[in-house]
Amino acid sequence: MSDVPTVGIIDLTGEPTTDDDAISVIPDRSGPRDADPEEPRRLVSAWDSENVIATGLAGASSLAFTWLVYERLTPLSGIVGFLLSWWATFVVISFLVAWERRDVLAARDHLARTLAVTAALVVLVPLIAIMVGVIGKGYHSLRLHFLTQDQSSVGPLDSATKGGASHAIVGTLEQVGIATLISVPLGFATAVFLNEIGGPLSKPVRMLVDAMSAIPSIVAGLFIYAALIQSGYIRQSGLAAALSLSVLMLPTVTRTAEVVLRVVPGGLREASLALGAPEWRTTWRVILPTARAGLTTAIILGVARTVGETAPLILTTLGNTGFNGNPFHGAQAALPLYIFQLFRQDLPNSVTRSWNGALVLITLVLVLFIIARIIGGRGPGHISRFRRWRLARKGLA
Amino acid sequence: MTTTQEAPVSRPFTGTRREPAAALAARRVSAWFGSRKVLEQVSLDMPAREVTALIGPSGCGKSTFLRILNRMHELVPGAALGGEVMLDGRDLYDRGVRPTDVRRRIGMVFQKPNPFPSMTVAENVVAGLRLSGIKLNRAEGVETVERCLRQAGLWNEVKDRLGEAGGALSGGQQQRLCIARSLAVKPQVLLMDEPCSALDPTSTRRIEETLEELKEQVTIVIVTHNMQQAHRVSQSCAFFLAGENEPGRIVETGSTQKMFDNPDDSRTLDYVSGRFG
Repeated sequence: MSDVPTVGIIDLTGEPTTDDDAISVIPDRSGPRDADPEEPRRLVSAWDSENVIATGLAGASSLAFTWLVYERLTPLSGIVGFLLSWWATFVVISFLVAWERRDVLAARDHLARTLAVTAALVVLVPLIAIMVGVIGKGYHSLRLHFLTQDQSSVGPLDSATKGGASHAIVGTLEQVGIATLISVPLGFATAVFLNEIGGPLSKPVRMLVDAMSAIPSIVAGLFIYAALIQSGYIRQSGLAAALSLSVLMLPTVTRTAEVVLRVVPGGLREASLALGAPEWRTTWRVILPTARAGLTTAIILGVARTVGETAPLILTTLGNTGFNGNPFHGAQAALPLYIFQLFRQDLPNSVTRSWNGALVLITLVLVLFIIARIIGGRGPGHISRFRRWRLARKGLA
Repeated sequence: MTTTQEAPVSRPFTGTRREPAAALAARRVSAWFGSRKVLEQVSLDMPAREVTALIGPSGCGKSTFLRILNRMHELVPGAALGGEVMLDGRDLYDRGVRPTDVRRRIGMVFQKPNPFPSMTVAENVVAGLRLSGIKLNRAEGVETVERCLRQAGLWNEVKDRLGEAGGALSGGQQQRLCIARSLAVKPQVLLMDEPCSALDPTSTRRIEETLEELKEQVTIVIVTHNMQQAHRVSQSCAFFLAGENEPGRIVETGSTQKMFDNPDDSRTLDYVSGRFG
């Protein structure tokens, strides 16, 4: 390598030296953790059996009380009102029970916990309701050929199982794909600028990005229509749709990526610079890889922001009942547009087809998210099998 | 070895060649953060192949001084400095000297272990080379990883864990990994900012042993709050002190022996014997 001896200046022959006893022993992480299954473990959770029984009894007594009020004492009726009253009574009773069993502090703690759990459940309700609703309405008439056929030979009165949405699926994938290819590099570059370079320009840029995130989606479509289509640069096509989607995706990706980069510890940046690395390599090899999981989230949020957008597509790609796999030429379908246009026909079978499309759209989003999480979602300390294999070939693993 | 006409600091860095340990000298260094002056007219010689310890109470400018020595100070917004820092007789702050070249020659180990979490143990060791755009072939990579981990006293503990993430090691191991990482770029000087303050006594001892072995090859400057540590590892000492609302100054410098046994200034004696600070 060089004429200057590099090994041997310090005589460390590789064998454990006399100070070997100073090595602190790190437990082998790969070994079995539960060596002794016999050893009993103490339960320290707040949800011991006594608590569960107390909560159950509070639920039962509040149910009985509410039933008494609704059925015997007052002329009240209605299931929603009943459930709300039951819940309110439950909160009060469980608060009193906790007070009786412990003290007022524990009761307050219990109350806060009850309210937080309730809020979480309330948030889940619409989500589950949408999933159940879409699946319930969509799956009856969904056939496998829905993914391979288009609507070009389907009339409004044909059976709901005829034809498919391959044209719309391909359209959505291409349009969102192109929009992602445009927005993600631009958004990440802007985030890097805001975080790593900064300067007097960063404030106006950040303000512009914020303003951009408030653009109504129909305006994004109008903008592409007026700036590029009306003035003759491009025709209505999948590309035009992708451009209008990227207008919407850019601020989401930028802001999320910026927040994610901001939380990368400054010590890593300093460590890299102190090794003599130039700033761009520090960003490329240290900052971005450390923030990989968060940057994946930024992409996911950007895609989620745009994949269901309908308004900008109406003006930029028009929609199509036939298959057009070329995003650069001619009108192209998209799943949200497909859902919208069929639902508007207001015929039973068209509406059913529309629900099929909604189910496929939700599934598509789910699949994309799962793929994104698998590829980039782990923490920075996760070394994938593929990377380990590549490193092993370089002798670095 | 430095017979070429080029200035040592601006000579291109090759990565395979080792420059000998070099003397570092600060001449009338002052530092400001905004309008606040934190260091005043600090002059200090840090001889080659020796460990120099910077001691003094918190807030007296030791860390700032250390960061001036490898041009990390200028990364802080609003930071300014005056004076000169000479490496083998050349000013680091001369026009035309690139900060990246300076930092490759003068490495730094921080108070908090900061291995790159996205890299494996082995990748962390060669990170400095890859971050400088130096490509290593397989043999060079393997050799560098083993040599630097041995120098940092970590090889025996991690030789079977080279493919694990750098963050999976214990705190003391992470800090020695950071030392190995600094050594891989073959610096002439190694700056250490309280490298053991977050570590247990065993890890501290291992790092001190590492310093003892390294000082033949690199000049070491270490900031420490631990008087015993300064006494154990260093050959010369500089005592920093800052009055209330005043910039930090050097009260006294000299051989560690003298500073601890028979200092000229009574404040030094008070500090090293634990009567204040």
